[in-house]
Amino acid sequence: MKKNFFLFICFILITTFSYSNENQNKLLEVYKNLRCLVCQGQSIADSNSDFAATIKLVVQDQFKEGKKEDEIYEFLISKYGEWIVYQPTFNKNNFLLWALPYVVLIFGGFIIFLVVRKTKHNKVN
Amino acid sequence: MNISISKIIIFSFVIFFLFVFWRGLKIDNNYNTLNLIGNRISNFQLTELDNDHQYISEKDLKKNEHTLINFFASWCAPCRSEHKYLLNLSNENKEIKIIGINFKDKKNNALNFLKELGNPYNFVGSDSDGKMSVLFGIYGIPESILIDSDLTVIKKIVGPINQFQYDQILELVK
Repeated sequence: MKKNFFLFICFILITTFSYSNENQNKLLEVYKNLRCLVCQGQSIADSNSDFAATIKLVVQDQFKEGKKEDEIYEFLISKYGEWIVYQPTFNKNNFLLWALPYVVLIFGGFIIFLVVRKTKHNKVN
Repeated sequence: MNISISKIIIFSFVIFFLFVFWRGLKIDNNYNTLNLIGNRISNFQLTELDNDHQYISEKDLKKNEHTLINFFASWCAPCRSEHKYLLNLSNENKEIKIIGINFKDKKNNALNFLKELGNPYNFVGSDSDGKMSVLFGIYGIPESILIDSDLTVIKKIVGPINQFQYDQILELVK
């Protein structure tokens, strides 16, 4: 009987510990994706500023309310603008940032194609 | 012919990169929340600093034509410098309601601050843990937000109110 009770307590403790650990990791992921607006190049996770402490409290509250990661980001973007998240969403102000790699890829491919064709043409001649 | 096409492509690339850098240089890198003007404030309930049973919410602010929400603290030196403008606003313009939100402060210190400098606020709310400030997009104090009866932000003042901003507020609430 005592052994069963001991095992039960161990099970509860391990489950609780792993659950809270998992939650802590999720919270840390959210903090890492948020920019500290009053610090130089630090995320909310890295900063000990007053602002970071407040944002951490708000994120914890929203997490407890069952809000998803994206919903938390949306809420903070509505209050502070897109600058607060490290990964911006696609919009007219940053379309060049998103489009540039694809543009470089297409134009680069085209240049390589031209160079290869020219080399082949020269060899034939 | 091929060479000319390559030259055109390289030239287009140079123009494209110059355009990207030119746009990048034009962007203001100093962060502020001034671009949030036009957003609406919602879902808040503010408890009075000196009475835990008294509170206001967005319903109360909708009754005012204009409300100036000012975040302050007794430990904040610039808050002292802007206080005279808040007092002037309160004395000279009765149409504008001023709500003070005491940010991460001790209650007694805040009450002494208002006793010493005067109380320009129609209501003083408490935000002891700072969570309320996030609802208003505040990231440092003092900060003030002027809203209309629709709870739309029509002006944000980051930092202490000065004479220029005081005149701007009066112009906006005319």
